Amino acid sequence: MSQYLLRRLLESVPTFLGITIVSFIIIHLVPGNVAQVFLGPKATPFLIAQVNHELGLDKPLPVQYVIWLWQLLHGNLGNSYFQNESVWQLILTNVPRTLAIVGISVVIADAVAIVMGVYQAYRRNSVLDHVLTSIAYFFYSMPGFWLSIVMIVVFSVDLNLFPSGGISNPLIANPGLGSWVAHITLPVFTLVLWNVAGWSRYMRAATTEALIQDYVRTARAKGLGEFVVLVRHALRNSLLPMITLFGFSLPALFSGALVVEVVFNYPGLGLLFYNAAIQRDYPVVLGGVVVIGTLTVLGNLLADVLYGVADPRIQYR
Amino acid sequence: MLATPAAPPGAAELLSPETVSREWRAFWRNPLGLVGICLVLLLVLFSFVGPLVYRASPYTTNVTAIVAGPSAQFPLGTDSLGRDELARLMLGGQLSLEVGFAAALVAMAFGTFYGITSGMAGGYVDTLLMRIVDVIIALPSLFLLLLLNSIFRPSAVLLVFIIASTAWVGVARLVRAETLSLREREFVEAASASGAGRPRLMLRHLLPNTMGIVLVAATFQVGDSILTVATLSFLGLGLPPPTPNWGQMLSDSLNYIFQGSWWLIYPPGLLIVMVELGVNFVGDALREAYDPRLQGRAA
Repeated sequence: MSQYLLRRLLESVPTFLGITIVSFIIIHLVPGNVAQVFLGPKATPFLIAQVNHELGLDKPLPVQYVIWLWQLLHGNLGNSYFQNESVWQLILTNVPRTLAIVGISVVIADAVAIVMGVYQAYRRNSVLDHVLTSIAYFFYSMPGFWLSIVMIVVFSVDLNLFPSGGISNPLIANPGLGSWVAHITLPVFTLVLWNVAGWSRYMRAATTEALIQDYVRTARAKGLGEFVVLVRHALRNSLLPMITLFGFSLPALFSGALVVEVVFNYPGLGLLFYNAAIQRDYPVVLGGVVVIGTLTVLGNLLADVLYGVADPRIQYR
Repeated sequence: MLATPAAPPGAAELLSPETVSREWRAFWRNPLGLVGICLVLLLVLFSFVGPLVYRASPYTTNVTAIVAGPSAQFPLGTDSLGRDELARLMLGGQLSLEVGFAAALVAMAFGTFYGITSGMAGGYVDTLLMRIVDVIIALPSLFLLLLLNSIFRPSAVLLVFIIASTAWVGVARLVRAETLSLREREFVEAASASGAGRPRLMLRHLLPNTMGIVLVAATFQVGDSILTVATLSFLGLGLPPPTPNWGQMLSDSLNYIFQGSWWLIYPPGLLIVMVELGVNFVGDALREAYDPRLQGRAA
C-alpha cells in the first residue's frame, strides 16, 4: 500500500510539472510586458527596464522558469502586485474556506445522490423515479451562476432566511460558528443541488447495473431481506463508479466553487483567483492555478485510494 | 413524426449505410431525442428568426423606462438603460449559440485529429501526447479560461478558440482509446495489407468508425460550450459590450436582485436551461442509439 502510494505520488510529478509549465507559458503570453501592466500607462522605458530587472524578467524564459520553480518548491510564490501580501499567505488564508464549502457540499451531495439513485434504481420507472429524473435534468442544465442568483432571490431576498453573501456580519477574519454556518448555507446548498443533479443519475445507472447481477439474485434466493440485499450487496458495488466519478468531478467542482464564491462574494480561492484575473495580478493568478491543479491531482490520488478501500479485489502493486 | 427521416447527407458520407440506418432509426424512435431537437430548434428560431418578426431595437435606450416591468410596449420589460429586454434576449441568443456551436466544432475537430494521431503513433509519442492531455484535464477549466481571458480580452472568434483550447481533451482521450481498439481489428489489417498507407488508414478506415462517439461527445460539448460562454460573460471576462449575450445580461441583473425585477433575472436563465436541456436530451438519445448495450435494457 505505501509502495503504491509512493509510486502514484511519483507519477503525479510529471503532471505537476506540466501544470507549472502550462501556467508559466500562458502567463508569458501577455502581450507587451508585465512591467507595463504593473506600472500602468504612464511608465517610462527606464522604469520598465528597472522593474523588469528587479522582477528577473530580463532573463531568458527557461531560466526564469527554473528560478520560479525553485522558489515554488521552497513555498515562495512571490508577492501580489496589488495586495501587500505574499501569494502564499493569500492562498493559505483562502484555500481552507474553499475546501470547507467544497468538502461539506461533496459529503451532503454524495449522501443525497446515493439515497436518491438507489431508490430510483430500485423503483425504476415509478412516478417518483420520473419526477426525480426530471428535477435532476433541470438542475443539471442550470448554469451554476444562475442557480446562485435564484438562491439569493428566493432564500435571501424573498424569504429573508440567510445572508446573501460574504463570510460574516460584520466582515471579520474569524467569525463565530453561528455566523459562519449562516453564511455558508446558501453557497453549500447551491453546490449540493448542482452536484446531486449529475451524481444521482450516475448512481441510478450504477445501481441498476448492480441489481441485475447474479450475486444479487443469489442473495435474494438465500432469503435475505430486500434492505440487506440493497445495502450490503448492491450498494457496495454501485459505490465504486461513484468514487471514480468523484475523482473525475474534482476540476468541475473547483470551477463550480469559483462561480459560487463570486456570486456569494465568499472569500475563498475562487474569488481570490477571480479578482486577481480581473486586476491582472499575475503572481496570484499563477499561484492559484498551480495550487488548484495540485489539489486536483491529490484529490484524484485520494479517489484511487478510496477505490481500493471500497473494493478489496483491487490489488495495489 | 413517426416516419423515418433520412440521415443528413454529411453524416451519411462518413458512416457506412447499414449502421446509419440502424442507429438513426434508434435515435428517431427515442422521444427524448425528439423533444431535445424541438427545444434546440425552438431557440434557434427564437434567436435568429425572432428579430425578423419582433422588430424592436435591442440597442435603443429609453430614459423614461429604466428597469421598467413588462408592458404593451416592452413585452419583457427593459434593462438598466431602458433597452428592450425581449429584443436583447433574441440578439443575445444568436451570439451565445454561434460561439457555443463553433467552439464545440473546433474542439471536436482538433480532439479527433489529436486522438487518432496519438493512438496510431503509439510508443513514446503516444505517452507524451497523452501526458499533455492529463495536464489539461487536471486543471479546472474555468481557472484556465479566466487566465486566458484576462490576458487576451477576447473577440467572439478568439473566444471560440479559447474555449476550444480546454475542451478538446475529453474527445481526444475517447478517440485515442477507440483508435487503439480499432487498429487491431481485421478490417484495418486488411486495408493495411492491401497497401493503404497511414494517412489513408486514419482518414478512410479509423475516422469514420470513431464518428459515433465523436457525435455523442460533440453534442454534449455544444451544451458545455454554450454554458462556458455564458459563465465567462457573466464573470465579465467574456464578450465585450454592446452586443448582448445571455450570461452578460444575467450579470447586469445582479444589480437588481433586491428590487424584484424578475424579468431581468428569470428569462435569460430559463433560455440557457432550455438550450442545455435540449442538447442534453439529444446527447443522451444519441448515446443510447450508438451504444447497443443500452438498448432494450429495462432502464
